[in-house]
Amino acid sequence: MGKITIVKAINQALAEEMARDEDVVLLGEDIGQDGGVFRVTDGLLEKFGPQRVMDTPLAELAIAGTAIGMAVYGLRPVAEIQFMGFTYGALEQVFSHASRIRSRSRGRFTCPMVIRTPYGIGIKAPELHSESAESLYCHMPGIKVVAPSTPYNAKGLLISAIRDDDMVLFMEPASIYRAIKAEVPTENYAIPLGKAAIMQEGDEITLVSWGAMLHKAMEASEGFDCEIIDLMTLKPFDEEAILESVRKTGRLVIVHEATKNCGLGAEIAALVAEEALFYLKAPVLRVAGPEAVTPMASLEDEYVPKVARIREALKDVMKY
Amino acid sequence: MSTKSDVNFSPEDLAAIPQKALLELYTTMLRIRLFEEKIVELYPEQEMKCPVHLCIGQEAIAAGVCRNLKKDDYMVSNHRGHGHGIAKGISMKVLFAEFYGRTTGCSKGKGGSMHIIDTSQGILGTSAIVGGGIPMAVGTGLSSRIKKDKRVSVVFFGDGAFDEGVFYESFNFASLKKLPVVFVCENNFYATNSRQSSRQSSCEIANSARAFGAPGMCVDGNNVVEVYKAADQAVKLARSGGGPSLIEATTYRWKGHVGPDVDYEKGARTEEELIYWMKRCPVKNFEKALREGGIVTGETLDAIPQAIFTELDEALSFAIKSPYPKPEALYEDLYNI
Repeated sequence: MGKITIVKAINQALAEEMARDEDVVLLGEDIGQDGGVFRVTDGLLEKFGPQRVMDTPLAELAIAGTAIGMAVYGLRPVAEIQFMGFTYGALEQVFSHASRIRSRSRGRFTCPMVIRTPYGIGIKAPELHSESAESLYCHMPGIKVVAPSTPYNAKGLLISAIRDDDMVLFMEPASIYRAIKAEVPTENYAIPLGKAAIMQEGDEITLVSWGAMLHKAMEASEGFDCEIIDLMTLKPFDEEAILESVRKTGRLVIVHEATKNCGLGAEIAALVAEEALFYLKAPVLRVAGPEAVTPMASLEDEYVPKVARIREALKDVMKY
Repeated sequence: MSTKSDVNFSPEDLAAIPQKALLELYTTMLRIRLFEEKIVELYPEQEMKCPVHLCIGQEAIAAGVCRNLKKDDYMVSNHRGHGHGIAKGISMKVLFAEFYGRTTGCSKGKGGSMHIIDTSQGILGTSAIVGGGIPMAVGTGLSSRIKKDKRVSVVFFGDGAFDEGVFYESFNFASLKKLPVVFVCENNFYATNSRQSSRQSSCEIANSARAFGAPGMCVDGNNVVEVYKAADQAVKLARSGGGPSLIEATTYRWKGHVGPDVDYEKGARTEEELIYWMKRCPVKNFEKALREGGIVTGETLDAIPQAIFTELDEALSFAIKSPYPKPEALYEDLYNI
């Protein structure tokens, strides 16, 4: 055990899985020699060599498409795309092919690949460096989407993502890459996909969040009797954990960084409306990003849900 | 566009290639031709449940390339892929069953003509996205390099895919890493109804390979021997670690972009152009060369069509007797949790 950052935890997960399974291969721009833009793959080239830690051209479509071919072959490629906004260049391969390999081959092939990408606001970089585009991916059948929030779950979830037989988009919360240090077991462990974590039990409000926003939600919950759910896997998400909690608390607040319009919060709210409407005591509230292009510098704070905004929502649902 | 008015087979080439190989090239082309013509015949019945993109006129490329491949070499095709599939070894039974939307089809009746797959023959699957399969071949090629399995990956695409950025990203990556991939561009001069010259600044596809430090060859795609020889060179280079090649094979599709009809009546292309290319028929001209050159006896050649007609009849009867998918099939093979 030792206290490490999310960056280090991801690095550990990659190194452990590569040591365990020689079919795990990394590819991406600047991931080898340079160790990645955020140094997540630092030291792995030296450890595993250029056949398994491969620098690629600046070609997101080819990175994603090549990873698909490798996955179909039977390897377990882990591709890094430098920023979530840069994954838009790879979408054709991800949406039209990776998501459909299992279906298109009628189960003869699976697509055991991971695309790792830093997401979210807070690194003082402009649009496309700070996107939260999970909804796009969640909407496409055939893709799994994961967003860790701590060093501990970053390691365990990435290990599961690498071992998973389908394509997983692994969204790394860039703003807290190094902001949190926590104890992480040095041994190999997997946290199952599709399961949420109850971070704190409570009776009056169910507070659902993930990734970097989870920490703001937790901070905002002080003084409220919140049951805090870290969703962790965004697709397919743990419906039962949310419903069970809402049936108990009767109130639901969802916090995410992505634009509110068609954000994942809408799906969660709709689920509760369909399955647990008569348990609700208050309207479901979403604290989310505005309909705006992600900004840089001072406007970042305006964009991103603040602790005060989350507290307002918690106060509002408690009026009922 | 090619100005050659005939398909000329060099006597030296015909002498250098074993008779068995020449006969197989011919038989494969004829199997593709008769398969496609059977679709033309039956499509108006409206029992085939999918759009079909026919490759009549282009058979020599699939036959000539795939004759150089082993069963476990990989092949990625595209929306106009019946010929590639047949040449690489998929059975007509699972193709027809697929087109009729039956569970015994290669895609369990859920994919149709654009979704040809047979993993036992190294056929990795195709889709409607022009150029979409190109990087997959780079991925299997990269994997073959890592695992040192000596397999070659071949990807077929059209001149339309040469418009797409993914070609350049993929070809560069393959050449940079010297991957065992053969890129085969079937240049039939049209992407749907748009002429190559209205889409491409330079119509020299093969020459572009030089910019990536890889060999590019432009061959007459209606001459199965030329295609076979070029592919032989490219496959050997790939298998021996020499990296990728780009083969541009010029050809012409006789039918419209999609469906069983010709398209000159709609004004998409001219009748003169079609007549010119029909005279350059890859199948008939090769048969003539085999017959007149005394390479294969008339008796042997005359017996081939009947065997194919029997194969077609059996495949069709298999397809039509097979069941349709049940509603539950909609939910299969998405992902596992």
